[in-house]
Amino acid sequence: MHIQKVNEISGAQILIESIKAESVELIFGYPGGAVLPIYDVLYDANIRHILTRHEQGAIHAAEGYARISGRPGVVIATSGPGATNLITGLANAMMDSTPLVVFTGQVGTATIGTDAFQEADIIGLTMPVTKHNYQVRDARDIPRIVKEAFHIATTGRPGPVVIDLPRDIVQTKTKKNEEKVLYLPGYQPTYEPNQGQIEKLINAIKRSKKPVILSGGGVLISRAAKELTNFADKYKIPVVTTLLGLGTFPASHDLFLGMGGMHGTFAANSAMFECDLLISIGARFDDRLTCNTNSFAKNAVIVHIDIDPAEIGKIIKTDIPIVGDAKRALNSLLNANFEYECNKDWLDNLMSKKSNYPLWYTEEDNLLRPQRVVETIHKYSDENTIVASDVGQNQMFAAQFYKHDFPHKWVSSGGLGTMGFGLPSAIGAQFADPEATVIAILGDGGFQMTIQELGVIQEYGLPLKIFILNNNALGMVRQWQESFYNKRYSNSLLESQPNFSKVAEAYGIHSMTINNSNNVEAEIQLALAYKGPIVVDCRVTQYEKVLPMVPPGRGINEMEGIANEADNYSNSIK
Amino acid sequence: MKRIITATVLNKSGVLNRVTGVMSRRRFNIESISVGQTENVNISRITFVVVVDMIDDIEQLTKQLNKQIDVLKVNDITDESVIARELALVKLSTNKTTRSEIYSLIEPFRASVIDVSKDSLVVQVTGTNTKVEALIDLLRPFGIKEIARTGVTAFTRSVKIEEKPTAFIS
Ligand SMILES: Cc1ncc(C[n+]2csc(CCOP(=O)(O)OP(=O)(O)O)c2C)c(N)n1
Repeated sequence: MHIQKVNEISGAQILIESIKAESVELIFGYPGGAVLPIYDVLYDANIRHILTRHEQGAIHAAEGYARISGRPGVVIATSGPGATNLITGLANAMMDSTPLVVFTGQVGTATIGTDAFQEADIIGLTMPVTKHNYQVRDARDIPRIVKEAFHIATTGRPGPVVIDLPRDIVQTKTKKNEEKVLYLPGYQPTYEPNQGQIEKLINAIKRSKKPVILSGGGVLISRAAKELTNFADKYKIPVVTTLLGLGTFPASHDLFLGMGGMHGTFAANSAMFECDLLISIGARFDDRLTCNTNSFAKNAVIVHIDIDPAEIGKIIKTDIPIVGDAKRALNSLLNANFEYECNKDWLDNLMSKKSNYPLWYTEEDNLLRPQRVVETIHKYSDENTIVASDVGQNQMFAAQFYKHDFPHKWVSSGGLGTMGFGLPSAIGAQFADPEATVIAILGDGGFQMTIQELGVIQEYGLPLKIFILNNNALGMVRQWQESFYNKRYSNSLLESQPNFSKVAEAYGIHSMTINNSNNVEAEIQLALAYKGPIVVDCRVTQYEKVLPMVPPGRGINEMEGIANEADNYSNSIK
Repeated sequence: MKRIITATVLNKSGVLNRVTGVMSRRRFNIESISVGQTENVNISRITFVVVVDMIDDIEQLTKQLNKQIDVLKVNDITDESVIARELALVKLSTNKTTRSEIYSLIEPFRASVIDVSKDSLVVQVTGTNTKVEALIDLLRPFGIKEIARTGVTAFTRSVKIEEKPTAFIS
C-alpha cells in the first residue's frame, strides 16, 4: 500500500510554484502527453495561459511579449513534435537576444534514449540555439533550475533557456526542496564598463572630426534610449541605427541619419563609410548591416560597446573595446561632461545627403504602393502604437517608411529573418501592452505561415490591426530574382491565394480590402479607428522593389537606387 | 598554427558536447582532446589542441567557450611555460630478431613494453607530443599494427622555465 506523505507534492506543482515565484503573469503554450501533469496543475493555478494554435505561434508570441514588456517570455510545449516546433523561435530569440524560459516535456527518464513515442533529443537539438539548457533529473532540483534559468535568460546578453522535463519527474511526488541557491560559477556577465576604456573613447571623440554612432538592439535591452539620445544631442553626434535599433533614437530628430545596411539610407551608409570614428553601441555588425566588411568604416577608429565580449572583434577589428551594459557606458560618457562640438562640415555634409537623397517611391495612376500604405499607417499612429513586421519587403518598408520615434514600439525578426514571426509576435506585444494599438505589417507569404494564430486573436478579442501587403508574391525573393536572376521568377509568384477577407471572416474577425490608392488615407484611418481586430488586405503593386540597395557582395558605398536615380531606375510597373 | 587550450568546466553530463559543439559550429579544427577530473571532483579539465589560421581566431574561440554557462575558465597556454604530456600505445609486429632491437630502441625514450605475444608487442610511451611522434617514426619500420593516443593534456608550470623542445628525451 502506498501511503502519501503529507508534505509531498508533484514535480509539476513544484514547477508551477517556481514559475510563480518569478512573478510570471503569462505563459504561452500548447499541451500534449508529456506535459499533461503540468497542465493539470495549471488548470487551477491562477496563472494565465494562452493556448496558441501552433507551438511556433506560442514562442513567437512570447518573443513579442518579451520585447515589449522587457520581461522574459515563458513557453510550454510537449515532448517530441511540440518541442521541435519551437526550434525556429529559439533560434530567433537567440539571434535577437530575447529573454525566454521555455519548458519542454520529455518522455520518462527510463525510456530516454530508446526512441520512445514522441521522444526527441531536445537537449542536443536546442544546444546551438539556446543560451543554456537543462534536463531535470530530480524534481528537487526544479526550484533551483527554474531560478537559474530566469537569471540566465534575463541577465548579461539575454537569450532563450530551455528546461526539459521528463514525464516521471513532473508526475511523481517528492518532498519539496526550498533550497534554490544559484550555482553558476561560470557565469558572471560584466555590467560595469572599464573606466580606462571610457577615457580612451572620450579622447577618441575629442580627436574625431567625423564621428557617428551606430545604435543597435542592445540599447533597447538595457533601456538606454534616453541616455543615447541625450549623449548624441549633447555632442551633436549623428546616429545610424540597425534594424533592431530602430526607435533607440527618434527618427524625426535632426541627427538621425536612418537605418544603415543593405536597405539603409544613403546618408546612414555614407556616414559609416566616411566616418573617422564609429561608436557602436549594442550592435553586432550583422552582414546585412556591414555589407562587404572591406569597405565598412575602413578609415575609422572602431569603438564597440557590448555586454557580450564574444561580439567584440568577431566581425570588425575593434580599436576600443568596451565590455559592459550600454546604459552604464552611456551614463559614464554623460557624466564625464567633456568638451566637444561635432565638426560642422561633417554635419552639414550628412544633413545635405539626408535631405537630397531621402527614401523614395513613385506613384502612378491609382495603384496602391506598399510604401504608401506604411507611410499612411505612420501618419495616423502615435506614441502608443506598436508595429510588428514579418520578413521580406514588408519588413523593409516598415523599417523605412514608418518613422520609429519611440523606443520599445517595434518588433521584428532581425538576425534570423523568420517569416511567420509577424502575426504571433504582434499577439505577444498586445498581451504585453493591452492599451497599445498594435499593428502587424505582413506579407501575404509570411501571413500564411502562422495564419492559424487568428484563432487566438478571435478568442481573446485582441484589437490588432493586421495589414497584409498583398503583392501575390514572395516579394523579396521575387525582387532578387528580378535583379540577380534575370527575372526568372522561380517559385516566387503566388498564383493561387485564399481570399484573406473571407479567412478573417471565418475567424469572426472584421476585414477590409484596399484595392487602390483612391481613398487609401481614409480607409487606413477607418481601419485604425476600428475598435476590434481587423484584417486589412492591401492589394499592392506586385513588381515593387525595396530600394535603395547594396547588392550582395558590395560595400555600403555602392548603393543602388538612391533618390536621384529615381528617373532612370527601373522601378516602374512591368 | 597549433594551439593548446585548456578549459576548466563543471563536471556535468553534456559539457563535453557543449564545448565540442561550439568548436564545430564555429569551424574550429580539433586535433586532439583529452578530458579528466581535476583535484575537485565537481570540476573537469579539458585540454585540446586546435589548428587555426590566425591568432585572432583563438581569441574568438576562447570567448565563445567562455560564454558557455558550464565553462569556468579558458586559457590558451601555448605561449606559456607549460608541461604538456601525452600517452601512446603502439602495437608492433615482431619476430625473434626484431624484438630485442625494439627493446633497445625504446630505452632512451623511457618507453616500456607492456604486453608481449608470439608475434607482437605493445609499447607504451609518455611525453611531449614531439617525443611521442619521434618514437612512433622510429618504430614505423617494424610494422605498426595499431596506435592509440590519449591526446595532449597540459597545464602551466609553477616555476616559469622554458621547456626546451629538444629535451624530449628526459
Ligand atoms: C521561414 C522562412 N522561409 C523562407 C524565407 C526566405 N524569404 C525571405 S523574404 C521571402 C518572401 C516573403 O514573401 P512575403 O511574405 O509575401 O513578403 P513580401 O516580401 O512580399 O513583403 C522569403 C521566402 C524566410 N525568410 N523565412
